[in-house]
Amino acid sequence: MPGQVQSIARAAAILRLLASSSGRLGIGEIARSLDLPKGTAHGIVRTLQDVGFVEQDKTSGKYQLGAALLHLGTSYLDVNELRSRSINWADPLAARSGEAVRIGTLLDGKVLVVHHVFRPDDTLQTLDVGSLLPPHATALGKVLLAYDVGAANAVMQGEPEPYTRRTLVTVRTLTRALTGIRDNGWGAEIEEMTLGEAGIAAPIRGYGGLVVGAIGLSGPIDRVCDGQGHPRPALVAYVRDAARAVSRDLGAARW
Amino acid sequence: MTDSYVVSIDQGTTSTRCIVFDRRGNLVSVAQREHQQHFPRPGWVEHDALEIWRNVGKVVPRALAQAGIVAGQVAAIGIANQRESTVVWDRRTGVPVAPAIIWQDTRTDALVETLAGTPGAEDLPQRCGLPLTTYFSGPKLRWLLDHTSGLYERAERGEVLFGTMESWLVWNLTGGPAGGLHLTDVTNASRTMLMDLRTLAWHPDSLAFFGIPSAMLPEIRSSSEVYGTATDVLPGVRIAAALGDQQAALFGQTCFAPGDAKCTYGTGSFLLLNTGAEPVHSTHGLLTTVGYQIGGEPAVYALEGSIAITGSLVQWFRDRLDLISTAPEIETLARTVDDNGGCYIVPAFSGLFAPHWRSEARGVIVGLTSYITKGHLARAVLEATGWQTREVVDAMNADSGLDLTALRVDGGMTANNLLMQFVSDVLAVPVVRPMVAETVSLGAAYAAGLAVGYWPDLEGLRSNWHLAARWLPEMDDAVRAEERENWERAVERTFGWIKPAARAANE
Repeated sequence: MPGQVQSIARAAAILRLLASSSGRLGIGEIARSLDLPKGTAHGIVRTLQDVGFVEQDKTSGKYQLGAALLHLGTSYLDVNELRSRSINWADPLAARSGEAVRIGTLLDGKVLVVHHVFRPDDTLQTLDVGSLLPPHATALGKVLLAYDVGAANAVMQGEPEPYTRRTLVTVRTLTRALTGIRDNGWGAEIEEMTLGEAGIAAPIRGYGGLVVGAIGLSGPIDRVCDGQGHPRPALVAYVRDAARAVSRDLGAARW
Repeated sequence: MTDSYVVSIDQGTTSTRCIVFDRRGNLVSVAQREHQQHFPRPGWVEHDALEIWRNVGKVVPRALAQAGIVAGQVAAIGIANQRESTVVWDRRTGVPVAPAIIWQDTRTDALVETLAGTPGAEDLPQRCGLPLTTYFSGPKLRWLLDHTSGLYERAERGEVLFGTMESWLVWNLTGGPAGGLHLTDVTNASRTMLMDLRTLAWHPDSLAFFGIPSAMLPEIRSSSEVYGTATDVLPGVRIAAALGDQQAALFGQTCFAPGDAKCTYGTGSFLLLNTGAEPVHSTHGLLTTVGYQIGGEPAVYALEGSIAITGSLVQWFRDRLDLISTAPEIETLARTVDDNGGCYIVPAFSGLFAPHWRSEARGVIVGLTSYITKGHLARAVLEATGWQTREVVDAMNADSGLDLTALRVDGGMTANNLLMQFVSDVLAVPVVRPMVAETVSLGAAYAAGLAVGYWPDLEGLRSNWHLAARWLPEMDDAVRAEERENWERAVERTFGWIKPAARAANE
């Protein structure tokens, strides 16, 4: 059995200490209470601050529990914040790929479109920010399900609607698709929602690698896929580059 | 053949940025460096022009390295710059005689008041398109001449040179003391109060009014032509464009036809409307300015309306009221309610600007009832930006006789979907966002690329413009009319808040 990770145990102790104290605590007070070197306490508190579990009072410089702890169960990244942080990467993805770009997150078992960039050909297109897409039949949705076991189970236990002959509706095919997405780090949808349409998506990660959304492009199958019916490698690379760039901006270390 | 690129230098108020663009107008790389803001006294804002020049020398090579290109692949350099900020430097040493006086600096308010009572003041606005205020370069330059010992005499002898930031950079890029070119472009010159809008030349009466020796002035050139070849930073590359930043954004948004308008939404917001080959004088408190001039072609004029408080109202909501922790969260908070609940915020934090011009006005929050939540306040904050845009657009339509048919937007606040929808709703025209958000830099690049034949013509540039998003008006006419009336009533409640006695005591 693996041993205890010391810094996690210490972080938990700091959170308990802050929760049980009536006011705010300074680094010195935290270090003394837990018998830790001040530098060690400071490093842990700063990390907790980065992920929103601890907040620092601007005037006194002391620490208290962060607002993020109060709604741990809900999405930690505001969707408007996600749009604002990704807008500079979504535009170049649309410009480079020549296709429409969307960013989505899961909301009540559906994919909420958080951001939408038109396909850059100036044809009439409608902004669909705020609309909901089926998670099992879109590249964005499948990528989001691949990293959210609970949502994936809920979709599979329901009765996924077959939009086309190629829509994945069984537990077996969906499970295999989600495993493939996790193995590859990206996902695609080929005529699973609309005949003649295809899409490619990749996960957007925040602190600690947590998936907070997905970014992807979609368009006519002959432009998105090559002669063999596979997503074009160049487009896949563009999507993954954009996802990595947004993730880096959001503080994901390794992506 | 290797690909070639256009390099744009955006010398802004807080930072200097270099962006490399490719032939399709796509951003290839960006490098940025902030410079120090100096506030030596209340109301004073200064920059160190040498620090800014050094930053140009840092960001340009970095942007090229990021793009993986060499100077030989750069077809041209274009410059966009913070407007009105004033630099005077020694022609022989290249050293500024004083810190640069920045556009926000209000040290000249007493001087401006004195000048306003001087004969000739009444002719100025018609000639230069601008009201006599602290904002423009003329008064700032006069202040420097008044407060630097011996400067006037040295200026008369041509030993010191005046310029806005683009002049300063072009002079340094082309050799500085060793034969640097001393020039400005029509858009920047149109912000000095010294240029005649019609002849596009320094006007002797304006120079006499401000007491400016003509020997220190740069030559006025078009916004898009080869000025010369750089000998420093990018040796051998042609410098082919200069525009004030807001005019550059107008160009980058390809607002080439009369009636085309753009609004850049930032801390404050700037709306510019292309009015074509004739300057339109405003009777509704707008500025008349040169939009751009391409080589030997006639200049294209613009009306400009600035809104002082837009993004800064969201910042106030975040930092002073602590109701949100990041600016984008205002949209989340505003979406917790369906409407403003009858609440309106008029952010006349330092008076009302265009089109009201009421310096004694102060901000109000009206319509408060026990029903109002912070969600309603968040809506009222966003709606204030929408209605202020509407007021400026109405003034522009009235002045120009043109009817705005669509508004092109850029800037950070365009990420706010609710706001962009509301702007479209209150203007009752489509609001469109282009694919390249960096319109200031893109405009300078376009103007430079055009001058060297990198892009063939304006039509070629237009075909680079692609729609990234479009918001269509959805608001019912009756609702719009009623909300409009409520906004106007809220605005009236800001009037006269600062009492005349208090004003007198402050002066």
